[in-house]
Amino acid sequence: MMNPKTQNKVAIGTLYGVAGLVVLILLALLGYILVSGLPQLSWHFLTAPAKAFLKGGGVGIQLYNSFYLLILAMLISFPIALGAAIYLYEYAKDNWVTTTIRTAIEILSSLPSVVVGLFGFLFFVVKLNLGFSILSGAFALTFFNLPLLTRSIEDSLRTIDTTQREGGLALGLSRWETVTRVILPAAVPSILTGVILSAGRVFGEAAALIYTAGQSAPALDFTDWNPFNISSPLNPMRPAETLAVHIWKINSEGIMPDAKAISSGSSAVLVLAILLFNFAARYLGKRLYKRLTSA
Amino acid sequence: MFLNNDVTQNTEMLERHVVQPADPEHPTILSTEDLHVYYGKKEAISEGDLRFASNQITALIGPSGSGKSTFLRSLNRMNDRIATVTGKIMYRGVDINQPAIDVYEMRRRVGMVFQRPNPFAKSIYDNIAFALRLRGVTDKHDLDEIVETSLKQAALWNQVKDDLNKSALALSGGQAQRLCIARAIAVKPDILLLDEPASALDPVSTSQLEDTLLELKQHYSIIIVTHNMQQAGRISEYTAFFNQGRVLEYDTTSQIFTNPQVQITSDYVSGNFG
Repeated sequence: MMNPKTQNKVAIGTLYGVAGLVVLILLALLGYILVSGLPQLSWHFLTAPAKAFLKGGGVGIQLYNSFYLLILAMLISFPIALGAAIYLYEYAKDNWVTTTIRTAIEILSSLPSVVVGLFGFLFFVVKLNLGFSILSGAFALTFFNLPLLTRSIEDSLRTIDTTQREGGLALGLSRWETVTRVILPAAVPSILTGVILSAGRVFGEAAALIYTAGQSAPALDFTDWNPFNISSPLNPMRPAETLAVHIWKINSEGIMPDAKAISSGSSAVLVLAILLFNFAARYLGKRLYKRLTSA
Repeated sequence: MFLNNDVTQNTEMLERHVVQPADPEHPTILSTEDLHVYYGKKEAISEGDLRFASNQITALIGPSGSGKSTFLRSLNRMNDRIATVTGKIMYRGVDINQPAIDVYEMRRRVGMVFQRPNPFAKSIYDNIAFALRLRGVTDKHDLDEIVETSLKQAALWNQVKDDLNKSALALSGGQAQRLCIARAIAVKPDILLLDEPASALDPVSTSQLEDTLLELKQHYSIIIVTHNMQQAGRISEYTAFFNQGRVLEYDTTSQIFTNPQVQITSDYVSGNFG
């Protein structure tokens, strides 16, 4: 029988070992992507359009598409998620209706994204006749994002103490005023963190987009900002291959001579962008908390 | 404190639940009639009939789980979504325990301070001013004045007057609780309900808080739940003793402490249980 002290030492040693292994795997993965990808990066690579048969193509349009799609998807999903979370946490009573909603959200959040993509294809692309377009992609991403975002906002609301709500009500504020004037300002930093983290997931999503936003990136005219023109970057009805879909595509059917290099470079860009999102989430969350609470 | 020998043993027989404050200078401002509170099917309060005198401090005492906090929270309908409250709560001739009452307006007349200090995550100034702004007080000069008088009444002004724009979350427990009092009186209530406001405070802050309450009763009628019998004895004119969801005894504080009519009250105030 080991004495408690040795037992504790063994336990701590094992935990350190496991944690170290996880860190090692992550670092190795990240290191491999960055080491093979960073040398490919250049201003030309980040801005030039892709080439199908020749070497020297870039990912400019794909990168732009990723951001545009992300913004559209967020604009659609954030208000819905915020409303749903406020209803669920601040208003709804605990009964079978809310239990059903919560179960539905749980199931939706574990839905494989390729299923979301196929649903998006059948419903938005075919049934609603939106075609392979940014809009179809944004709707699919909304379905993909909504459950997790709703849950993350609900969790943010949960971190605000009940006594804050009572404090608001006791001053004669209505429930709505309490939520909008007391609870939300206090929860904004944590909500923002959740939004940016989910943005990272959306940014890297490929499967849900392959059948909705499409796999082609038509040339864009970055001087034409009329959303009704087909070559305008703002046109939501054009097909739009994103960076993540691009990586998938050139790895499965890329025939340009430098496909491997482009894939490595694109992966590095993707990883860097997501890292950037994560750091921004922390930094902005802290800054905003200070601003809003005048701490 | 000594035990009174001829105290009534059978509480069921006791008819002295209700005391009408006889002092004509302090007429009844709030009273409850046949108040029952249910959590689901479980009854937490039965027949709490009390009358509260204006500009006096009334203490609600009793062991944990006796229903004193539940009773207090029913008075400004903070239990609306949590429990079912039946019976009447009369405030200036109006039953405020009926659906037609504008409960938000009512809560501005019947303010509340909680057990744990709960300043909002805002500046000290905004903690007080933002509820006023929502009700149309937008003039900077008016707001400044209300913030200053409220903080002075809560005896916090001198400590924070140079830090009004700093976060209220940085205040100490005692200061935060004073801020909550200032915030509650800034909307100019008639009645101030306090739910064990000193239970999270150190002895010095507690004593300062008690002094503040004694000052405040000139302007407000105060009902305070307390675990601390010395505190009830120090600051209140009237005391109600709660046990197992019932008001067993309600009288002047000196009467409750020196000549209780019920054995349990006597046991409780002399520290034999609770």
